[in-house]
Amino acid sequence: MTEIAVGTELPPLSVRITRADLVRYAGASLDFNPIHWNEKVADEVGLPGVIAHGMLTMALAGRLVTDWLGDPGALIEYGARFIRPVIVPNDDTGACVELTGKVREVREDGTARVDITAKFDGKAVLGKAVAVVRLP
Amino acid sequence: MPLDPSYAGHAYPRTEAYEVGRAKIREFADAIGDPNPMYRDVEAAEAAGYPDVIAPPTFATILFGKFSLESLVNDPELGLDYDRMVHGDMSFTHERPVRAGDRLTVVTHIDGIMNRAGNDFLNLRVDVDTVDGERVVVARAQLVVRGPE
Repeated sequence: MTEIAVGTELPPLSVRITRADLVRYAGASLDFNPIHWNEKVADEVGLPGVIAHGMLTMALAGRLVTDWLGDPGALIEYGARFIRPVIVPNDDTGACVELTGKVREVREDGTARVDITAKFDGKAVLGKAVAVVRLP
Repeated sequence: MPLDPSYAGHAYPRTEAYEVGRAKIREFADAIGDPNPMYRDVEAAEAAGYPDVIAPPTFATILFGKFSLESLVNDPELGLDYDRMVHGDMSFTHERPVRAGDRLTVVTHIDGIMNRAGNDFLNLRVDVDTVDGERVVVARAQLVVRGPE
């Protein structure tokens, strides 16, 4: 890893999510809420369509940080608010989530704070997405 | 019916153990499209100083769903309407990464209940420890239960 300072930008990451990815994540995470795979149920609860698991978006945004770190165990704290859904259409293209991150603070205890932005359709889908990482 | 704020402070009994397997870690990593070798390759994990493959930072969401949400939904005293519930936020504070071979148990605490603008906000703290009592991760979550339209 190169020199890390306040303002250092993480290599951006762009991830495409399809319905198949939602089914796979449902199985892996054991979150089988039908709003993540069933159009009818999503519609009944007033959603604009089938939406991605917030925790999937959060996991993708975590990857932005762990790709940069190399050792995922160096990500010690990680949190986010789910402020807007990622709507995943029933086609081969899916939804595209754009992830960027920036070092906001380098602390004396050898950790740093990284602020993450996750955008879908040009709008932020995660709020206060913050990772605290242990620097090598 | 709104949730009762005086239920804050309630904790559910420690759960049975969940044994973290290499195959589950790999399945989870595949599902988030993350090729990091530390999730798959024991030698790569060992080279980084871990005794076995480690899990992605959000892996404990499995325990949150399997144990914490189950406890809440099946608690008639709480009266949570699952169909109106959405996940507001989530965070994980790791003492160390979850890893294959861990036998993890969970205690779910209701830290706070607020009624605001017709919605209920439920703040949870989930302690994830090994069966030997080693703290591995603390997850915090806010669930929002939307009031009737």
